[in-house]
Parts: sequence; structure tokens; C-alpha cells
Amino acid sequence: MSDTPKIEVSRRGFLKSAGLTAATTVLDTATALAQDAHQAASHGAAVGPDAVPIKLHVNGQDHAVTVEPRYTLAETLRDHLNLTGTKVVCDRGSCSACTLWIDGTPELACMTLAVDAVGRKITTIEGLSHGEQLHPLQAAFIKHDAMQCGFCTPGMVMSCAALLKRNANPSLADVKHAVSGNLCRCGTYPKVFDATLDAAKHGTMSSHLLNLNPAKEG
Amino acid sequence: MNRFAFANCTTVDQALSELKDGAVLKAGGIDLLDLMKEGIVSPPRLVNIRNIGELRGITSGPDGLHIKPLSTLSEISEHSEIRRDYSALADAAGHAATPQVRNMATIGGNITQRPRCWYFRSSDFDCKKKGGSSRECHAHDGENQYHAVMNNGTCASVHPSSTAVPLLAMNARVEIASKRGKRTVKISDFYVAPEKDVINETVLQPDEIITEIFVPKPETGTRSAYQKYGEKESFDWPLADAGVVLVMDGDKCRRASVVLGVAAPTPIRANRAEEALAGATISEATARAAAKAAMQNATPLSQNGYKVQLFQTAIYRTILLAAGQIDRDPSAVG
Repeated sequence: MSDTPKIEVSRRGFLKSAGLTAATTVLDTATALAQDAHQAASHGAAVGPDAVPIKLHVNGQDHAVTVEPRYTLAETLRDHLNLTGTKVVCDRGSCSACTLWIDGTPELACMTLAVDAVGRKITTIEGLSHGEQLHPLQAAFIKHDAMQCGFCTPGMVMSCAALLKRNANPSLADVKHAVSGNLCRCGTYPKVFDATLDAAKHGTMSSHLLNLNPAKEG
Repeated sequence: MNRFAFANCTTVDQALSELKDGAVLKAGGIDLLDLMKEGIVSPPRLVNIRNIGELRGITSGPDGLHIKPLSTLSEISEHSEIRRDYSALADAAGHAATPQVRNMATIGGNITQRPRCWYFRSSDFDCKKKGGSSRECHAHDGENQYHAVMNNGTCASVHPSSTAVPLLAMNARVEIASKRGKRTVKISDFYVAPEKDVINETVLQPDEIITEIFVPKPETGTRSAYQKYGEKESFDWPLADAGVVLVMDGDKCRRASVVLGVAAPTPIRANRAEEALAGATISEATARAAAKAAMQNATPLSQNGYKVQLFQTAIYRTILLAAGQIDRDPSAVG
């Protein structure tokens, strides 16, 4: 293999396995109807049980969507907004595969109702990269091969990226603590730790990380 | 999940008005959504209190600690004054569940969460805690390795809240509001034994909201600790846990509170351990003797005798940790 991996190809492979769909699809812009429902929901009037139009702020953009109050944020992102990077595994808050950021804090999409996420800033795995530019942690996950089946990966990345946002120079114990809720049955933890510590060391140089040859780094 | 209406409230008064006809409160939603997804509860309406500003915030004053019920476990575990003056509470909040759950779960929800007993949590069993017809507790003759080792005659579920353990050891009080007015309940009276009420674990009525949890200022010389022991290093309810508050005079203990969490259907004070420690010099020997005394009246079931020993270990090591004689036990979990 060449010393310089084909970035496009490996990236595509990574996207496929980790479910990192480049989320450029913005559904309908917020409608007046959604605004009304939002306001009703904010001022005590009950909505539902029938589907209710709401507006979700996801990855910097407003999305209008109509869901029953019983729909979780995870279901709504995946089934209505086609943002399938957020994975649902246990659907009980036990595995953290659905970890995303709400107002910058790692929370669980499976235990959040979509109607309860109105007015909050939601960041999913799709919102972590800037167009073609991967987040340094995503690049580090590729470099360190920090995934196998990939189901836990988006949640792992969101947990570790939140840690790096809070603490630019984490210790191994900090990383372990950050992913202490993220279950990986393939056992990729050591590589997740390596990737996160490496990303911390290399800061924002994601393309630089991608071009490094892991074998040479030892 | 069943279909339901969703009422988003921004004031306590608004929430109290919505809280009728089978409606239930939703704060962090962690325990409630779990129960709904399992079909254990199917409320027609959720009253969302998560956006009520007056139910948020932690203040530490000369009289003690005022914790509003929407404070998350993360906020409590990271609060500098709680870590310094109420460390057992910070320990318990910081070692519950996962980082993500701690970011969402509120203290109000944590102290009112329903038991984890698998017969209760499975819709296949007509457990009497769910109003079912079965007169016997299924755990008595069933799989009971995680069940109660004390006060387990009527219902053998264990109380799941870890923060309730230090709150009981610190004589916390719960302030409750309803349309009828406000009332304050000592946390020791907040929890109800299954012999009194097999269905509800607390005195909280369906039309009531917790508006504050108050912890009195500890006396000078007070030290506290909480540790839990379990099967997994993270995200698991404990198999044994202990919360210890010691009022120290040098090496001598003037007064002790020792509370056990998952020993019984409600968090319980280990009176015999407290008596053994009062006036004693804290050492490994006195800590072990207190731990043994605490478990003297244990009534383990067919598969959980090991918990009696595990509790003794949890108790004596947490006494020594509270006294500052050992570091946090590396075999403790969370």
C-alpha cells in the first residue's frame, strides 16, 4: 500500500461504516404552522397525541417536521430528517450509541422526545465535520482504526469530541471516563483511547493526521 | 410507547394545573421513558417540567444546601461546594449511570425512580407492585440474585436511587407543592416500606411536584463518603452501596450516619452500625465491627447471600474512606 492513503476512498469507507452521511439535506424550511406549534408547546398548551408540527435546530439549520409527541429525537432524526448517523441500539439509554449534543452537552437521542428538543441546539455526528473537512477526531478514528462494526462509533466520536471541546489536553483516565457509558461489543476501546489522545495532540490538523502512516508511527 | 399529549410548562402553577386525570410529570425523562417503552406505565398526558426556571439551580448558604429538583446529576457531582461539604452526595451523583444519563437525569427524578426489579420491569409478570393479582413476590421463589437482603418479606425489590443514600444520611428534607399548598417531608418519611404501600415507594401524590431538596449544613468536623460495588465498572446499579456521614473529633467519632441503598426496598439507616461507631475511635477494627453489626438482621434469599458479605465490605471501606483513613476503593465501581 502507498504511504499516502487515498483520502477520498478511505473517507468514503469510513462514512459508510460509521454511518456518517454527509447531511446536506435540509427539509422544508420552518413553516408558520411549526412556529405556532412551537409557541403553543412553549406556553403550557398541550399538543398531541396526534402528530404536531415542530421545528428542530439541527447542525446549525432549522428543520420543520411533523411528529407525534411519543417520537424520540433519535427516531425523528433518522426517520424524518434522514440523519441516520445517530444510531439506535438499546433504545433505553443503556448503550449511548445515540449520543449527540444538546446545547453542546452529550445527551441521549433515544431518551429525548423530539417535542422536548424544540428550541435547543442539536449537534449530530453529521454536524461534526465541515463539508469535506473531517473533525480531527474522525480523522484520528480512521488513522487508529478505532472501529469494527461501527454501530457504537458515532456515539463514541460524539462523546470523545465533547471531551476535547471541554478539555484540550485530556489524560487517558479522562478519555475512559468520557466513554464510560458507550458500549462497544467489538472491544475497540484501546483504539478509541489512542485516537482521542492523538487527536488532542494534533489539534485541528485533521488532514495531516489522515496522511500519517500508522505503521510508521508505531 | 403509548400515544400521549404533551404539555410543556414554564411555571410550577401551570404544571400543577396540568397534573390531573392520569397525567404524569416528565423532567429528564430517563426513568419515565424507560417505563413507558416497556409498557409498565401508559400515561395519557406528560407534563413537561424541564423548562421551569424556578425548579433549577443549586445554592449553598449558611443554613445548608438548597437543590432545586431539575438539577442534573452532573451539576450536583461537579458543584464545588457539594464536593467540599457534602462529598457523599457528589460521589453518589457522579457515580450513577453514565455521563450522558447524568447530563439528563435530574435529582428529583433520581430520588423518585421506580425499582429495577426484573419482575416489576417486565410487562409479562403481574407483580403486585404494579397492582397485579399475584399475592406472592415473584422474587421470593424466582431469580433473586440482585434483590433485597433486608425488609424483603412483602416485596424484595431494592431501591435504585444512589443519591437517596447520602440524602438520608444527611437528614435531607423534600419540599413538595400541590394545589393544596406546600409541605416539607423529612427524607426518612419520604420513602414508604412495601408493608405500608406496596405500589408506591414514596409519599409523593400524583398531583404533587417536588420543588426543593434541602440538606442542612453539616456540623464542624463532618466528613462523608459514598461508594458502590457491582458487576460492571460503569453504568450499572450497585449490588451493594453505602453512604457514611461521620461527625469527627480528631480520630474519635462523635456521631455517625450509615445508610444502605440497595439492601432493601427503601434506603435504610444501619442503626446498629451507627451505635457501634458513636464515641468510638475509627479504625479498621471498629469499622469492620460496625459493618458486621449493620448486617446482623439480614434475611438473604436463595441466591443473594453474597450481598450480605459485599455490604459488609462496602460499609467498612466507606467508613474508613469517610474518616480519611483510606483512598477511594479501586474495586468500587461507577
